[in-house]
Formats: sequence, C-alpha cells, structure tokens
Amino acid sequence: MNVISNKWIGQRTIRPDGADKVTGRAAYSADTTLPGLIWGKVLRSPHAHARIKSIDTSKAEALPGVKAVVTAKDLVDFPLDKSVMLGIQDMRWMCRNVMAREKALFHGHPVAAVAATSEEIAAEACRLIVVDYEVLPHVIDIDDAMQPGAPILHDFIQFEGKPSNIAGKLEHKLGDVEAGFAGADVIIERSFSTEPVHQGYIEPHACLVSVSGDGKAVIFSSSQGQFMVRAMTSLLTGIPQSDIRAIPAEIGGGFGGKTIIYLEPVATLLAKKSGRPVKMTMSREEVFRASGPTSGSKSTVKIGATRDGKIVAGQGTFYLQAGALPGSPIRGAAGCAFAPYDIPNVHSLGFDVVSNRSKVAAYRAPGAPIGAYAVECVLDELAEALKIDPLELRLKNAAKQGTKAAHGPVFPRIGFVETLEAARAHDHYKAPLGKLQGRGVASGFWFNAGGESSAQVNITEDGNVAVTTGHPDIGGSRASIANITAELLGIDYNRVSVQIGDTASIGYSNLTGGSRVLFASAMVVTQSTEKVITTLRERAAKIWKIDPEAVTWEDGEARPAGDNAGKFPGLSLADLAARASETGGPIGAGVQLNTTGAEGGFATHICDVEVDAELGIVRVLRYTSFQDVGRAIHPSYVEGQMQGGAAQGIGWALSEEYIYDRNGKVDNAGFLDYRMPVCSDLPMLDTVMIEIPNPKHPQGVRGVGEVPLVPPLAAVANAVANALGKRFYALPMSPPRVLAGLDGA
Amino acid sequence: MTDIRYLAPKTLDEAVGAFAAAQGAARILAGGTDLLVQMRAGVIRPGLIVDIKKISEMTSIEETAGGGFRIGAAVSGAALGEHPRFGRVWPGVLEAVNLIGSTQVQGRASPGGNLCNGSPAGDSVPAMIAAGAVVTVQGPAGRREMPVEAVPAGPGRTNLKPGEIVVSFTLPPRPAGSSDAYLRMIPRTEMDIAVVGVGVSLTMAGGKVTAARVGLGAVAPTVLLVGDAARALIGSTLNEASVEAAAAACRAACKPIDDKRGTIVYRTKVAGVLLKRTVAIAADRAKGG
Ligand SMILES: Cc1cc2nc3c(=O)[nH]c(=O)nc-3n(C[C@H](O)[C@H](O)[C@H](O)COP(=O)(O)OP(=O)(O)OC[C@H]3O[C@@H](n4cnc5c(N)ncnc54)[C@H](O)[C@@H]3O)c2cc1C
Repeated sequence: MNVISNKWIGQRTIRPDGADKVTGRAAYSADTTLPGLIWGKVLRSPHAHARIKSIDTSKAEALPGVKAVVTAKDLVDFPLDKSVMLGIQDMRWMCRNVMAREKALFHGHPVAAVAATSEEIAAEACRLIVVDYEVLPHVIDIDDAMQPGAPILHDFIQFEGKPSNIAGKLEHKLGDVEAGFAGADVIIERSFSTEPVHQGYIEPHACLVSVSGDGKAVIFSSSQGQFMVRAMTSLLTGIPQSDIRAIPAEIGGGFGGKTIIYLEPVATLLAKKSGRPVKMTMSREEVFRASGPTSGSKSTVKIGATRDGKIVAGQGTFYLQAGALPGSPIRGAAGCAFAPYDIPNVHSLGFDVVSNRSKVAAYRAPGAPIGAYAVECVLDELAEALKIDPLELRLKNAAKQGTKAAHGPVFPRIGFVETLEAARAHDHYKAPLGKLQGRGVASGFWFNAGGESSAQVNITEDGNVAVTTGHPDIGGSRASIANITAELLGIDYNRVSVQIGDTASIGYSNLTGGSRVLFASAMVVTQSTEKVITTLRERAAKIWKIDPEAVTWEDGEARPAGDNAGKFPGLSLADLAARASETGGPIGAGVQLNTTGAEGGFATHICDVEVDAELGIVRVLRYTSFQDVGRAIHPSYVEGQMQGGAAQGIGWALSEEYIYDRNGKVDNAGFLDYRMPVCSDLPMLDTVMIEIPNPKHPQGVRGVGEVPLVPPLAAVANAVANALGKRFYALPMSPPRVLAGLDGA
Repeated sequence: MTDIRYLAPKTLDEAVGAFAAAQGAARILAGGTDLLVQMRAGVIRPGLIVDIKKISEMTSIEETAGGGFRIGAAVSGAALGEHPRFGRVWPGVLEAVNLIGSTQVQGRASPGGNLCNGSPAGDSVPAMIAAGAVVTVQGPAGRREMPVEAVPAGPGRTNLKPGEIVVSFTLPPRPAGSSDAYLRMIPRTEMDIAVVGVGVSLTMAGGKVTAARVGLGAVAPTVLLVGDAARALIGSTLNEASVEAAAAACRAACKPIDDKRGTIVYRTKVAGVLLKRTVAIAADRAKGG
C-alpha cells in the first residue's frame, strides 16, 4: 500500500457532476434526442402464463406512421439446451426475458414491439397486434410453485429427475453440522419469509438507438455498464461489438437493476428495420411489471451454541424466487448468511425457484439480505436464550483474519470486530427506551468484487488533467477518482476532470456493480497516473539534461534530486505540458487490468423502533450503521451508500411488497401502493465509518455500496421483537400484518 | 388522438353553459391533481376541459354574517391555510384539506375537486361532513343546496346532475365551545392514501357534549355520516363508555373491502381506534377554545 498524504483523499470535494444535476442540465437517456427520431413501444402479455400460438402484426404494420415491428423472431435465438454466459447472465434466459418466445411467462412480459412516428401511434399499433394465446394455469408464490402438481413453467427444467420449478441448487459445507449440533447446549431453529422488493430507481429504463445504413449502431442508454449494453445487444441482435457504440448517459439510480438490458436490443432492431433513430422509455408501471425486482424468499435457519455462547453449528436452507426464468441470487443468500461468524460446522443450501413473476435482477448485495435476515434473527433469539447481550454474542463468534468462511475463502485483515466494538461503545446502544420502543442489532457481510477496468490519464496542453474511465458513475465515483488523481499528482482537485468514456473511447470495463467501481478504477487510475508521473520526470530530466532517476515529483512539480537538488527551479505540470511537443509528444498513459483483492465488507447496524400497537404502525426512531469502509476516499459518498442501504432495508422490512391479484397481475405497480419509505418516514440515518484499509489496494479501498443493505431487515425485525416481546417471521411488517399478529397473540 | 378543447370562463353561467352543452364529454378542471393524473393514465379522455379557477366566486373565501364561512369550491389548500381566521374556527377541516398531497399539490388541490372526484378516501370529505358543510351547486336548472354527505354516490361517482358544478361550501357559524379534528391512517407518514379517515366536530358546554357530528372515510363505497357515533357522544362527558360506544358505532358502519391498502378486519378495527383519538383532539380543542 502506498503511503500517501491526505490533501485530497478523504476530502468532501464538490462532485464534478453536481452542478449539472442540481440545475437539471445533466442528460439522462430519456433527455437525448436525434433528428428524425421515432418512438418505440412494447406490447406486453396480459396473461401470467400462456403459450403463444401465433402473432399477427399485419394490421399494426399497415397503420400509417408505423415504421417497424419486431417480435422474438427478429432476435437471435439461444436454444434451450446450451447455456451462453455473459458474466452471471445466461443468454438463453436473457433473450426470452427481452421478448417472449415460446410462452409468455408473466403479466407484462414483452411479446412484440412497434416503432412509429409518435408515441400515440405506436401505442395504437400495439393494440392492433393480434396474439393468439393459449392461457395456461399460473403460479406466483414459492410454496405453490414447489407443490406437487404445480403448473410447470419450463418443461426442460428437471429437479431430482422430474420436471420442476426448482431450477438450481447451491450448497456450501464446512465441517460436520450433525456432530456440531450434537455438541450444542442450545439450538434455535426458525422459518422466515420475505417479499420481492424493487430497486426503486428514480429513472425508468430508457434508450435511444440509431443504426446507420451501413449497419453501425449507436446506443444512448442509462445502465450500469455501457460494455454490458454493447455485449448483450450484440449477442441478442447478432451485430458485432465493433459495430456498436454504447454511450453511457447519466444514470438516475440502478442498485443492480440496470446490470442487464430490457429495451436496447429491441430498439436496435426497430432502428435497423426502420432506418430511423428509435427512442424507448418505460413508464413506472412497466418498470414495476417487467423489470427487477429481487427475490422473495422462504428460509429456515438453525443455529446451535454451547452455554458459554460459542456457536458450534449453523444450518440454513434458502428458497429464492427467480421470477419467470432461472437465476435468483442464491449464492448471496447461502454464501453470505453465516460469513460474519467463525463457525466450525456450517451447511448452507440455496434453491432457485421459478414462478410467473417478472425475472429478478440484481439488487445491492443480491441475496445477502435474505440470508442475513434469517441468521441474524435466530442469533437474536439465541442471545436471549443464553442471556448474553446480542452484540457480545456476535463478538464472541466474529470472523477475523484467518477465519475460514463456509463459502470458501480464508479472511485476510477485516474489520468486522471493529464494527461490533464501535456499536457496543456508541451512545446509541445505551440510550434509554420508552414504552413500546425497542432496539435491535444485526450484522452483515458482502463479498465485494474486483474485475476488469480501464483508465486513461491525459495531461492537457495547458497542464491540467483529463481522466477517462469506463464505469457509469452512480454513487459519486467521479469525485473520488478526482480526489485520488489530485492527490497523486499533487495538484488542485479542480484541475482534474473525470469523464466516463463510451465503448469506443476507453478499454473494456466491467459493470458498475458488486461494489467494485472505486476499488477497481482507483487501481487503474493510480497505475496510469504513476506512469504519467514517470513520463513527467523523464521530460524534466530531458530539459535539465540529467538522469530521470535524479528527478522527483513533489507538490505538483518535477524537482531535481540527489546531487542535483536545488540546481534547477522546479518544473510544474503546466511548464512540462507547454514543452511536451519538443520533449517527446503528448503526455498520457492508460492501464487496463483484471483487478483482484477486493476483500469482503462487514457492517453492524443498530435500530430503534416504536410501535403503535393499536394501528400496527412501526416507526424507526433512530438508526446507526457501523461499517468497515476500508478507506473513505470521499466520505460523503461513503455515508450516502450507508444511508441509502439502511433506507432501502427499512422499506424492505416494513412496507415494500408486490401484491398480485388472482390472475397473476401485479396490483400495486406504482409508488402510491408500492410503499418505499419517503423522507418523513425516516429519522436521520447516522453513520459511523470505520477505516481498516484493504491491504490489497493502493489506497486501502474496500467496496462499500452493498453491505449497507445486508443488516437492516434483521435490525428492524429484532427491534420490533424487542419492543413488543413478540416476533414476526415474515416481512414486510406492514400495519395490517402487525395488528393481526398482535391480535392473534 | 382526440383534440382537447380548453375553456377558462370568467362567469359561472358561461361555465355551466359550456359544461352542459358538451353533454358528458366535458370535465371540470379545478386544481387538476386528480383530473390530469387520470387523463395521463388514460382512464378518461375528455373532449372539453372547463377550467373554473377564473371564476371569482369559486376561488374566494368569505365570512358570512353570522360567523360562518363560504369557501369557493376551487380554493386551493394553500390559500385556505393562509386565511387568517378559518383555521382557528375549523382546525379539523383545515388539517384535512392541508393533508392532501404535498406542498406542490397544496398549491392546486381544492376541496371541490376532492369531493367531486368521488373517492371514498378523499381526506377533506369526512371533515366537511363532520362540520355540517352544505354545498351550493349550479346547473342548467339553476342553483340548489345539498349537504356534503349527499354528494358522493360511489367510488368515482357523484349525485350531481348533468351540467352541475359545485360552487362553494358553506360552513355554519360556531357556538362557543366548539371545535373539530381529522385523523387518517396511512402506512407512510405522507404522500399516501387514507386507509381510514375520521372527522369529528364537537360542541361542549359545562364538560358535556351538546352537539357532535362524525364523518368516516375509506371504509365504504362513499364517505359516511355516522349518526350513531354522534348520538353516543351527545350528552356525554366523553367518558370511556360513551367514547367506546361511538367507536363501536364507527366499526358497525364500516362496509370496507379487502384490498391492497388494507384488510376488512384492519380497516374496521382502525376506524374505532381513530374515532377515539380524533374525539380526544377535538374535545381538547373545544375546551381550549
Ligand atoms: C401526489 C398526489 C398526492 C395526493 N394526495 C392526496 C391525499 O393525501 N388525500 C386526498 O384526499 N387526495 C390526494 N390526492 C388527490 C387530489 O389531490 C385531491 O383529490 C384534490 O383535492 C383534488 O382537487 P383538484 O382541485 O386538483 O381536483 P381536479 O383534479 O381538478 O378535479 C377532480 C375531479 O372533480 C371534478 N371537479 C373538480 N371541481 C369540481 C367542481 N367544482 N364541480 C364539479 N366537479 C368538479 C373534476 O372534473 C374531476 O373529475 C393526491 C393527488 C396527487 C397527485
């Protein structure tokens, strides 16, 4: 790890994209426009489950103003018997999610799309498409989907030799759980359920695509990765990647939900067919019906401990809803659930269950909140049974450097213990509580990710700095990158500008996801900047006619060192930029890496609630998050991640859910009845950043974006249990459910 | 892609004339916070929009000779909130009107729109019913008056005749020792729709209730005037038994549905709880005032 000063790293600098965002100038994908653009609209299935016997688009095509119609026939087919993976996404499922093929698998599933000269004509044309459906029985909930005789979504999926809606299984084993439980003094086993929740980004999906006469496509879209957009669009349309330029627009939130595509390949095909630029935007209703969410779940967790509070065995079974096509985040649920603890015997099992709901997409620490909810609630009951303080119980069993986790790795230096100690020492943990008020704690783990990133650092002719990376900036990464670059070059923050390149202007960069962006881009930016500094020293050496080794870079200028120290006045970035042509040409460097060493993240949360026992309303009174953040390059945006995760987790715990009607149609496809917390629902969400630098990163960066959503579900649930002396095992703890639970007690 | 005509007449006669002539293809526009949302969602596609905000009688607030109030149907929540005396006399009606939406919505949303939209969950309606408000209606056949509770006919429907416009709400003079209150249950703290709403108006003398009215929202196809609840309160000192009897009357009046916003059991139970809480606030205010 580099030893660096703290002039810019750790400063709350003004984000480069801030002024444009607060004044409304920032261009999101729906803001982009091109001459001659036309509008694309999607026709969606009115059935939760139906075989598509035929689609007749002739009337739609004949409507004046309609320029193109596409159906699944126009997309590349990925046969069911062979998986084609792009990252964690299987194109067999992706192509069927983007456009229904053999069957419509959920209400809102795209069946066809139209491009026309106005939105109204496109909508009218959709109404003119005749789809002959054979309506099939549907299944929505996990339990129903696993019943014998349940409607089977996919004949080709087999489980234990029979057609099944269980599409996959994942298992982690450590030690011998049977033997472990045999040695336990106290064993607690409980079952839990959670509802699917949507990422709830403010900006609905949108894109604008133009395909020129020679077949070259330009895609403007809001996503968590322009390279992902290029690759998936290429796979689904058959256009080679070299003929697609994906331009990242500003993004109004993603939270994982924009790590896949919905509209881009469809708009590309419409643009290709029509010869006109095609714009497509989803309504909020479409977002709710057909994008995201993350899985609903059923789980059972059993934990055993000895009387002194040492956990000896842990077992978890997690059933996660995948939606209509396989691919729920069972790895996050089964893998992260027990990871914060040093437990000798662990058995963790995940099952991927399909049903007639929209296909799930990633959502911050996918799956991990589900696993942590069950484990952290059982731990709370275990602490009660053992009469040990819940933080004490966690401290006694906390994973540390050297602990082997059930999902594989042996932890390096991690800061989990520090989050627990900080929580225990915090005044929040000791503050008095009133009647019908309760306090809960919970912890959580997330893997974090490294992966591919590219950067280019260029010195402008006037001696300033332009940095380009390949990741959409969702959480303030441009500001953090500018902090690091300014720090390394020893120049003012305002002299660094940071851009996000399109797929033609910067090297391949993986998604903005997995809490990886600052971890990985700081690495490539650091190495690029170091190369630039080497060049700057060489240029100064050339001017001074001395050895480059005898030149140092300090405080933003080249200085002669060693025997030559003080012989020449220093040369600033501006001096060297002005003489760049005569000393060898433009100054700049790029680095492309597959980064490794993104170590896991840990957090512990404390939540206080008050329950209105007559109305069943739970209000969060106070909330504090403690997180090992590695190094906070820009503290405001680290705190923002921590607060955002807590807010989303509180919504998950208390109010967010999908409500389906009898026909398998979502009944609350809008923010009025899909209740995310609003500002007035939440107290100030306090944060305590604990900086245990990641030893494998030049600035000590650890991913911080996802682990904040892992503990809240259980923190809130444990607080409610503490307030009422009664536990709820199902989320959300919405007023009708809480009141019914209290009346039943 | 039908064209929409827009009219903003300065007089009621013109408005009624145009509205009636369009024969059902027209819609009245007050604040538009329901109308425009419904148009965008494609629920309604009017051929003519008659904006009533240029008609001074409909956007003014007057104090009547005896100390009552006449509120134009298109007065915005924000304008009502800024009136120097209204909120002191009718704090419950004002808090109900001001609960509608957010600051932005308050700049537009009107009590007339809230009533004529016909939602059983409209927040100002139970409070207006409790207040004993009477609406003045003008139509092709002239003017008439009706109590607020007679206006709603069912979800999204009213008993207004074709071409009729609600002109104003008249609230009666207040005897000493009177006040009112409105409470609603929403899962969130704002930007939500009432699962149950209760308006209570009380007059107290010598520690006893001499007059009471109770309006109950979101628990039946229309907002209800709950006479039995009022009768349980009148003559009492608001002792536990009489308040419980009023709560029971509210529960008995509920004919709710199970829907995404609440179960029958939940709404029924909450109606009783809110009645008690609302009575307590109204009584406190009545004694204090
Ligand atoms: C974000 C948001 C939040 C909201 N929150 C709430 C809330 O908390 N509580 C609540 O009760 N409502 C809420 N609403 C709904 C709405 O704001 C209210 O119902 C409001 O009072 C409607 O008034 P308006 O003047 O905007 O009505 P408009 O939309 O102008 O009219 C509503 C309907 O009544 C008719 N109409 C209007 N005035 C007259 C008249 N004088 N005579 C005859 N017909 C007439 C119109 O033709 C239309 O059909 C909310 C709406 C939004 C958009």
